[in-house]
Amino acid sequence: MKGNSKLKSSFHKIILALLLTPFSAIAEWGLNMTQGVTPISQEIYNMHMVTLWVVTVIGIVVFSIMFWSIFHHRKSKGAKAAKFSHSTTVEIIWTIIPLAIIIALAIPATKLLIKMDDTSEAKITVKATGIQWKWKYDYLDEDLTIYSSLDEKSAEVSQRNSGIDPMQSVNYLRDVDEPIVLPINTKIRILTTAADVIHAWWVPDLGWKRDAIPGFINDNWAIIEKAGVYRGQCAEICGSGHGYMPIVVKAVTMDEYTAWVSEKKIEQEAKNNTKDMVLTMEEHMTKGESVYKAQCIACHQANGEGVKGVFPSIAGSSVAIEADNRLRHIQQIIYGKGLMPAFGEQLSDVDIASVVTFTRNSWGNNTGDIVQAKEVSEARSKPNVITAGDSKKEKIAKSKIDELARAR
Amino acid sequence: MSTLAHDDHHDHKPTGLKRWFFSTNHKDIGTLYLIFALVMFFVGGSMAMIIRAELFQPGLQFVDPQFYNSMVTVHALIMIFGAVMPAGVGLANWMIPLMVGAPDMALPRMNNMSFWILPFAFALLISTLFMEGGGPAGGWTMYPPLVLQTGNAFPFLIFAIHFLGVSSIMGAINIIATVFNMRAPGMTLMKMPLFVWTWVITSFLLIASLPVLAGGVTMLLTDKYFGTSFFDAAGGGDPVLFQHIFWFFGHPEVYILALPAFGIVSQVIPAFARKPLFGYASMVYATASIAILSFFVWAHHMFTVGLPIKGELFFMYATMLIAVPTGVKVFNWIATMWKGAMTFETPMLFSIAFVILFTIGGFSGLMLGITPVDFQYHDTYFVVAHFHYVLLTGAIFALMSAVYYWLPKWTGYMYDERLGKIHFWLSLISSNVLFFPQHFLGLAGMPRRIPDYNIQFADFNAISSIGGFAYGITQLLFVYIVIKCALGGKKAKPRVWEGAKGLEWTVPSPAPFHTFETPPKLTKEMLEH
Repeated sequence: MKGNSKLKSSFHKIILALLLTPFSAIAEWGLNMTQGVTPISQEIYNMHMVTLWVVTVIGIVVFSIMFWSIFHHRKSKGAKAAKFSHSTTVEIIWTIIPLAIIIALAIPATKLLIKMDDTSEAKITVKATGIQWKWKYDYLDEDLTIYSSLDEKSAEVSQRNSGIDPMQSVNYLRDVDEPIVLPINTKIRILTTAADVIHAWWVPDLGWKRDAIPGFINDNWAIIEKAGVYRGQCAEICGSGHGYMPIVVKAVTMDEYTAWVSEKKIEQEAKNNTKDMVLTMEEHMTKGESVYKAQCIACHQANGEGVKGVFPSIAGSSVAIEADNRLRHIQQIIYGKGLMPAFGEQLSDVDIASVVTFTRNSWGNNTGDIVQAKEVSEARSKPNVITAGDSKKEKIAKSKIDELARAR
Repeated sequence: MSTLAHDDHHDHKPTGLKRWFFSTNHKDIGTLYLIFALVMFFVGGSMAMIIRAELFQPGLQFVDPQFYNSMVTVHALIMIFGAVMPAGVGLANWMIPLMVGAPDMALPRMNNMSFWILPFAFALLISTLFMEGGGPAGGWTMYPPLVLQTGNAFPFLIFAIHFLGVSSIMGAINIIATVFNMRAPGMTLMKMPLFVWTWVITSFLLIASLPVLAGGVTMLLTDKYFGTSFFDAAGGGDPVLFQHIFWFFGHPEVYILALPAFGIVSQVIPAFARKPLFGYASMVYATASIAILSFFVWAHHMFTVGLPIKGELFFMYATMLIAVPTGVKVFNWIATMWKGAMTFETPMLFSIAFVILFTIGGFSGLMLGITPVDFQYHDTYFVVAHFHYVLLTGAIFALMSAVYYWLPKWTGYMYDERLGKIHFWLSLISSNVLFFPQHFLGLAGMPRRIPDYNIQFADFNAISSIGGFAYGITQLLFVYIVIKCALGGKKAKPRVWEGAKGLEWTVPSPAPFHTFETPPKLTKEMLEH
């Protein structure tokens, strides 16, 4: 007996060691749902635990009975089969008991749902717009807009066979270039919508996720009770970059939040006014590469060759080589084309100039072209050469209008 | 006995390709369905292996995200429409005429057509993987606007779905026509084996739900190519409308996959407990209630789209209510075992595992049905774990149980019981290693359908992948067992299992090419179930 218990304890130690070593970095996660940092997320966690225990107990009771029967009512033990085949009494009992259990669960669930639904009296409203594959946040009370994409490091590591071990970075695929900042102990209304396809905005610590649907605006709320950084990611499949659009919320005190807002506003002002910046080739290449890594790499890949049949190659593309196509190249980034989203609002003149210069001088595209911010600024006011005359949708829309006019 | 000799005498069948291409024989068509389902099980399974290989470690090692997404999408479509549904229809074809004492299916030529549509439909679907731009990659749920970004694969996807729908509807009509018109005298509805009952109810689900899907995907087609805006908000449409249409089909579809499994288990457990099925009538009513309720719960797949709160409450209550008839079924199966004289051959093992593991899937289903908490679970690996418990360790375990149960009847030989048991235990262990850790991944915050993940999810993904590879390899053993059994072995008696009841065990093993050409005279003993 003693040997047995010794064996048992060393067995326990091995299991414990096996469990703890890989999880040491993630001690607070691992097995269960997070309790989160809002009153609602706490209640959701409690509801989750109650349900989990209810089903666990039911499972243990029901299957204990079944296993008891399996061990005792077997032919090899000489069991003789009984003949009974129904009993109205027990059938009524085992209909009523489950019914009572689910009613008992439905009552607190209903109360919680009603509470979650009430978005009134929010102090701050932020609109989160899902775009393939980044998030745009509008602070509606502040006239402030920020874009939040996957951070450069994760983008680099996540390239296929990048040769860099993801295990080295704790926040791999869960970090962004520009986290959103929210104040603690304040009721925040978070609206979700999308520009292209359906996305879903989810930070587990806030206790909920909500779909971001083009043409719809969903509203939700949270009161974050603890300062800190909370991470989540898009939860609705939205194309090849679905795994690469994380969400990072930095919760700070109200004072820090106000300071951050004014700082960001100044930055935004500066960004809107870069048309007179003139950079050298080297400066453009460095800046362009970092813009490329943040915005373009998910589709066009690190080698600029894209994915055959889905995302066109920039390397060797006539748009990125021929001198006649300079305007087209710039405008394609400003306005987008087909699956490619428009970057005109997100990127400054100088950012676009740099990334155009970079792509016209990389992967064998040796044009030697330098595009300056001024050219981008001018391209913004020129008519769109990409959609000029050939857009199918426009044609259809036009024919519909003509038809309506005729009908009238 | 004279009828048996008579059958044997006429047991000449067409030969060569003609036998299979032009077949109107329910047994041959059943065999075709079952073989096709097994092939598709391996095609879909190999896609699952690609998925698990990519997810074995963080980082992107084997495939691009776009291809990964198309694997996720096509794996689901193939497993649902190519493996589980055809396997169910194959069993129905083989067994329903034998169980109700009919000579064949009511509409034999349509039966041939409903099968032969399938290979073409899947040729269309699988061919998209070799096209420029790759296969459909928006998830099997095909939500617009994402699915409208699909390239050349798009029309192939839509027409494959149409074909599959047509095939299933024809199969369903055939089953209903057979059961309502061709039962042997004395085989009243409430005397039918439960497997037949579950298939009748499933057939009604198919007829009611598949046309809705066909309508939905046709609207996708016109949105993409004909300038309509059903689902395009910019044109005054509504992307969420598609989700309502899809899940109005999609939830009954879940029961289309599950109800025949309930039927199988309700045949197998009484046979090996040597005791009649407990609460036959309540089983029939529970199956019917589940089927009816399944049309009123679709929006629980869409709790996060932003439904009005009254809608969310309605769908939460309706969803939780399904636990009641499902519970009744589980209790009935356990009561059937109670005070039986059980033996544990492979079919019984798979059926018992079904009862336990399907119930675990049901438990997580109840948790998912609670709307406020679903806001955390939705679209995470918790959901992936849930539906694989219901579909793999649920539906597929039941199908395995059925194959072992009736294989001697089909081939005339006993399968290798020792290998069957090894197959069972390996499948049981590996599938739980595969799917149980996915509950933890989901709770910890890992979304579905991502090709790469944060390192905090690394350990459970590695464990899950190991389980996945083990499960995949184990199924090769199943193929070996089936082939070995088809080629020879111990001769099977007409009544293969001591406690098995029903008409199918009154004909010889293997079942002759034509059976019950004249309706059997039913005795009281034959009608026991």
